[in-house]
Order: sequence, then C-alpha cells, then structure tokens
Amino acid sequence: MKHTFSRRSFLKTSALASGGMLIGFNLFNSCKSDVEPPVDLSKLNYKDFNAYIKISPEGKVTIYSVNPEIGQGVKTSMPMIIAEELDVAWDDVYVVQAPLDTENYSGQVAGGSQSIRRSWQPLRETGATAKQMLINAAAAQWGVDANTCSAKAGVITNANGDTLGYGDVVEAAAALDVPEDVTLKNPKDFTIIGKGKGNVDIDKIITGKPLFGLDYKEEGMVYASVLRPPAFGQILESYDASKAKELPGVIDVITIGEKARTLLSEGKPNWSVKLSTTDKVVVIGKTTWDVIKGKKAITATWKTDSDLESTENHDEKLLDLLNGKKFRTRRKDGNVKKAFANADKVLERVYESTFLPHNTMEPMNFFANVTPEKVHLVGPTQTPEAAENAVASLLGRSVDDIHVDLTRMGGGFGRRLYNDYVMEAAEISDAIKKPVKMISTREDDMTTGVYRPASKYKIAASIKDGKLTGYYLKEACVNGNMYGLIPNFFPAGAIENYQVDSTRLNSNITVGAWRAPYTNFLASAEQCFFDELAEELGVDRVKLHMDLLENVKNNPDPKIEYSPERLQGVLKMVVEKSNWGKVADGVYQGLSVYYCHNTHVAEVADVMIENGVPVVKKVTCAIDCGIVVNPLGAMNQAKGGVLDGIGHAMYADFSFKDGVPSANNFNSYQLIRMAQTPKVDVHFIESDIAPTGLGEPTLPPVGAAVANAIYKAMGIRLTKFPYINNMNTESSIAG
Amino acid sequence: MPTFTLKINNKKHTVEADADTPLLWVLRDHINLVGTKFGCGIGQCGACTIHVDGSATRSCLVRLSQVAYSEITTIEGLSEHGDHPVQEAWKEIDVPQCGYCQAGQIMTASAFLNESPNPSDDDIRNAMHGNICRCASYNSIEEAVKVASEKMS
Repeated sequence: MKHTFSRRSFLKTSALASGGMLIGFNLFNSCKSDVEPPVDLSKLNYKDFNAYIKISPEGKVTIYSVNPEIGQGVKTSMPMIIAEELDVAWDDVYVVQAPLDTENYSGQVAGGSQSIRRSWQPLRETGATAKQMLINAAAAQWGVDANTCSAKAGVITNANGDTLGYGDVVEAAAALDVPEDVTLKNPKDFTIIGKGKGNVDIDKIITGKPLFGLDYKEEGMVYASVLRPPAFGQILESYDASKAKELPGVIDVITIGEKARTLLSEGKPNWSVKLSTTDKVVVIGKTTWDVIKGKKAITATWKTDSDLESTENHDEKLLDLLNGKKFRTRRKDGNVKKAFANADKVLERVYESTFLPHNTMEPMNFFANVTPEKVHLVGPTQTPEAAENAVASLLGRSVDDIHVDLTRMGGGFGRRLYNDYVMEAAEISDAIKKPVKMISTREDDMTTGVYRPASKYKIAASIKDGKLTGYYLKEACVNGNMYGLIPNFFPAGAIENYQVDSTRLNSNITVGAWRAPYTNFLASAEQCFFDELAEELGVDRVKLHMDLLENVKNNPDPKIEYSPERLQGVLKMVVEKSNWGKVADGVYQGLSVYYCHNTHVAEVADVMIENGVPVVKKVTCAIDCGIVVNPLGAMNQAKGGVLDGIGHAMYADFSFKDGVPSANNFNSYQLIRMAQTPKVDVHFIESDIAPTGLGEPTLPPVGAAVANAIYKAMGIRLTKFPYINNMNTESSIAG
Repeated sequence: MPTFTLKINNKKHTVEADADTPLLWVLRDHINLVGTKFGCGIGQCGACTIHVDGSATRSCLVRLSQVAYSEITTIEGLSEHGDHPVQEAWKEIDVPQCGYCQAGQIMTASAFLNESPNPSDDDIRNAMHGNICRCASYNSIEEAVKVASEKMS
C-alpha cells in the first residue's frame, strides 16, 4: 500500500558520529524545521524529537520507547510496530526507555488505554520510512532503480539477487532526503505484529535488576518519609519531633506545604495534580527504615479544617440526589417521561459502589535533586509532562531546568496520573538542598490516596406491549464522574426514548481516575440491569442485545463511537466459545457486553455453588481491539483486567468515617489472590482494523457477568459493590 | 550501632544497623540488593519474599538480629545466570505485567517446588495464595509454576 505522509515533518534523520544512523521523530507533532537530530548520542534531544531509532553499522537497532511503562506492555508492543515496518529481525532490536520531552508535545502519557491507538500510524510510518531510505541507499550503490529492490529481516535484495545488510548502507542512507512516499505493509504480511513477543524487560525482572523508581539511587541521596493528616478535612496544628531527632539514622525533621499552598491559591495546578493545604512533617534519614521509624516517633496534633465526612452520610446524600431534580442532562433522545407515563410497566433499580484505592504494588515514591543549575526528577509517573510543569510552577523554575527520567512502574491503574508525590519530593529536595528519595509506606498510600469515587446509579426502563420503549439512567457521584463521551456508549442509539443525567456530591476526599475510569462500575450496573430487563421482557438475554444492536445499525448516529457490528461480533463469539446455554448441570452462566476505551468486549462467567457459596470457575472473554499487536502482552492485559475486575467487584470494601479511611493495609483490605481466581479464556476477533487499547476494556463488564451468573445460581440480584457485602454469607464467594 | 555479618547469596556482608531493622531494608538500602521488593511491610503481600535456610520468608518481618547465622538467598542469588527452572518458566510463559511482585512470586514458587516437586493444581493455588499480584497475572503464574515443576522433576 503506497502511503503519502500527511505530516512528513514529524521525522528527520542524521548520520551519527559513532557510525550508523539516527532517526528522530515526534509521534504526535511535527519537528521544528530548524532542528536536526544530534550526531552525538549523549546529546539526544527530547524537546523536538520524543523518540529515536538508532541503526548501527552492524545492523542492530535500538528503539528508544517513548511512553511510560506501567505494566500495560507498551515498552514491548510499540517498538514491535516500528520493527515490523522497518523489517528487521526482532532479535536484533534493543529497547531503551526514553526520558520525557515536554516542550512541543503532549502524548507521553500512560492512561485511557490510548498509547497504541494513537501511535499506531506514526510508528508504522517511521519504520517504513527508515526502511525506504535504506533501500534507496542500496539501490544507489548498485546503480539500480529502488523500485526493483526489496528488504526483509534487515537484508536488501535487488533483481539480480545481490544482497546488502542494513548495516552496510546505513551511513549512506542517513545522508539521503526523507522520502515523501513510503509503502506500508499489508497486515497479512506482518511477521512481528501479531506474533507473541515476550516482555523486553523480562531478564531484568526475573533476576531482580534495578528497574523501578524505588530501586533508583544516587551518591549522597537521603531518604524522606512524609507524615500527612490522618483524616480528610484535617490539617497540621503542631508537632513534636524531639524523639525522632534522637534516633541515630534521622538527619532532620522539617515541614513542607507552603509552596503547594501558594500554588493552590494561585489556582495553577491542573487536573493532574492533587494538592492539600496542610503542612506536612517530613523525616529525613539515612535509610528507608530510619525514616519509617522516625515518622512513628513523631507526635502530631491535627485540627479540623473542613468537614470530616463519612460514607454513611455520602450514601444518604447520594440517594437524595438520585431522587431529586438537580441533574445535568448528558444525552436526551425522544421523550423518556412520555414513554414512562404510557408504559405498562417500569423497571427501576439502584446500583451502588464504594470508593477504591489503587494499591499499586510499588508504593508512591520519587527521586528529586534540586540544585541551582537544574532539577533532576527520577521515578514512576504516568504523566511525566504534567509532573515537569507542576514542579516548575511549584519551585518557580523554568521547565528547561527540569529533567525527568522515567523508571518502569510497579503498576499505575491511574494513581500515577497525579503527581502529588513528585511535588513532595521536589519540595523536600529544594528545602534540604540534597538529592532525596521520598518513599510512601503502604499505609501512606492507602490512606492519603486519590480514590475511585463512590457512585450510585438509578436505572429505569419502560415496557409497553412487551417491548422496551424507554431507558433513563441517572448518576450521582462523589465529586463527579460522568463526562461527554460516556452517554453515547451502548445502549445509546438502541432505544427511541433515552436519557442520561448526572449530578455530583462535593467532597473534600480526593478522587480521580482508577483503571477504566467512568465505566468501571457503570458497565456492571447497566449490564446487570439488562439481565433483569431481559427476564422482565421474557426475552433471551443474547437476543435482547442482538436486537437492540440491530436498532443502532438501522439508525446511524455520528455521536456514537461504538460499532454495533463489532459488539454483535464479540457477543456471537462469546456465546460460541463459552458454550452459552449448553453447559453441564450445576454450572450457571452470566453474560455482559460492553464497549469502552475504543474496544469491544463480551464476557461470560461460569459460576458453581461449592459448600453453599458461589465460586467463579471460568470467564470466557471475546475481544475486538482490531489488530492484536502483541498477542502475548494482549493476553496478559485481558486476563489481568478480568481478574482485577472480579477482585474489586467481589471484595474491595473501602469507606470513610469522620474523614478516616476504613483500611490502611492488606490485612484490612482484600485484593484478589490466586486461590480465588477462575481461569480466563480469552479470544480475539481476527481483524485488519487499526488497533485499540487493552489496558482497561476487559475490566468494566466482568462484575456484571459474575453478578448475573450468581443470580442464576442463587436467585439473588447483586446491586452493590463489593458483592461480598450483599451475599448473606461470611465465606469468601470466589474461593 | 551494632555490627552484623550476614551470609547472602553465598557471600559475606558486614552491616552496621539497629538490631530491629527488617532484613528487607538491610538488603535494599545497605547491601544494594534491590530485587527484593517492598509492598506492605506487614507480611501480607509477599513482594519481599526471600529464602532463609531454604524456606520462603517475608524479609519485611525478619529482623536483622534473627538471621546472623542463616543462609540467605535473594532473587539475585537464585541462580548464577537467571536460569533457575522457575525463572526459565517465568520467561517462557511471559508472566510479568508491571513485574514488581514477580521476584517475590518466583522466590515463593522456587522454595515451594523444592519441597513439593510434583504439586497438584490445588497445591499450587494454595502455595501461591500469599503473594499478591496487583496486575492479577495469576493465571500465568499458575501455569509457570506448573511448567517449572515439570522442568524440576
């Protein structure tokens, strides 16, 4: 397929002083016209080129992977896309984590399952362009037309059968102009994309090499632990650090907070920064244990600054809001009120969920070294650009002074979108004039987090003459959740009279994105409701969905981004692969179908009753995410998302009493463990459509698949997360 | 401050630290063996699992003074070239997602398989139940332990 760049200026090449070729490119913007890639590798400039490929005279390829790696696998899958179009052997590719560029670009983020979707085309173009330049160089050397040459696995061949390796021509290629037209491969010719490639960091992970933020060290570095208010709504009044200062490993005890307060008063921080107004006590010490011990030795007094909120009150107020009239209408088709007035029957249910902490296995931590010359930041963040801007504002420095290096992350799940802990590290280093590593304990993380907000939905449907005539969904959520796109997800477009309204309860508890934000509970609420609705209508559950999706096909709507055909496709596939309706006696199945993060998913949970409690034995999952770039990584994401979804739907119980979180570590908060996990059987729709993300989409629907199966097994409709709290049994329900 | 001599991965290390310092922080901060991970600090997640005299042990709960005469093995010392059957199985199955908990998973699995070379599926599920994987790579861990047990028997 011949392909002309719409924005060729995103890529430039240069000959390296050390030999070989360097291709600098900017995945999401063009590069400035007067800037060339460096000839010296130590001068890689990420301000104009956010990613680089180096091809050595030996034909080896180094790809500097640009996006933050949080376990979603992009450090493997993004270089695979380049290697495919460049046409090199995957074994000849070496991947390096690139640091942050911020000046011209805003895509270096891990969030929303968008990394692959957004970079697919530019990564392909980059690889294909480099390949064409190498072919052109070889053709010139042979004195033949480049169109008569081809390249495969790092070797260029001409019509006579002569061959040259990429390394043989790389220096000549680097001097050529970047071609206007390149040929992208036909997906059926892919040899790397679609073939499972192992995690590029696997050898380091299994041998315990330093990789993560917590592992990063520098000469002269000290450690810091931060004492924050125990309750939301409290601030520091006074503290006594005399006992802590007596400890031999404690270097100093200081307070921070003023700089953050100034920023807040100026209204500077954007959505990605969660700041509190309190002063915080910081223990500086020689080792991590010294600062953990030091913090325990501090006596602090806290005063109430705003409401000390409790879940009990939130629940009452959210229900009041749901039953009230103050809503923002997010989408309105037809006239639900009329449909409801004319209905033979109205089915109405309320679904409720709790707050959730992220609990990344690697607690929040960051390295900062603030000096008059520069600010060096190293660690795990999903939004390095936002971190850089936030620290620049906080310290009153130019962003040019700030350099962010990214480490592999011990999980993200949305928590590391917020850079409060990066700012703390920077403020501490600025105060003590030393390189410092700020480390949170599990208790710090779980009790001073940014939580998935507690929310409630009221869903109602009208039935007239045995047909579904109206659908009305209302959301009430702590600090808000619903936004523009969501009301256009299924069943939008399928029902003539359709309305989505939302309202919020303001709170001083910090909330934010948690894996599959907006839909991680909504999907389960709606898909549980459809199960009950099918029963009420006396229609087969699968047929109800297929018919509704037919309606969408017949009434195209530009606001709807899901594809009814692709949703039907995954539904058909999951029915077949799960043996829906044909399983052995004693096995109860529940279905859930959902579209989010640009990917279509259908799931069936198989539940059995063992010793009187329901046990999830298996989940079958059908996914349409377009082309599957790395089947190994994709399988990991899909299975992990399903099990994560089951764990949080079943067990995750998190609430507040007088501003204090109900759990602070894994003895009081239950995450899913191996003996509770079912087998996950994942199937991908074969496709040649451009790929979409997989970090999130398998999580939201699975709670409903489980709840619907438990209903069949036990006759109980589960409407509250976590399910374990509405099961009337003390036993673990999955294992 | 007291001085302790520890035998870690067949090498002697002298450490000056308080007797109550958890072995986890001695390994990470004093000896610079950072493969052993901090997850919870209360023995609940298993990220800090090491072998003490061959048994899987939570290094966040063991105090420095308790292990002065023990053989300590960390992920860095499980094999010389990263080719212990459990490590090989982890690579073959491509287990890790974020990878943070995996050193602890591997140390739990390798101690378990030493004691139970031919485990049933339920044995594996129960043996690995104490190690949390927040990415929920449990299906792959289970499969990798099975593959490793075949390699070891």
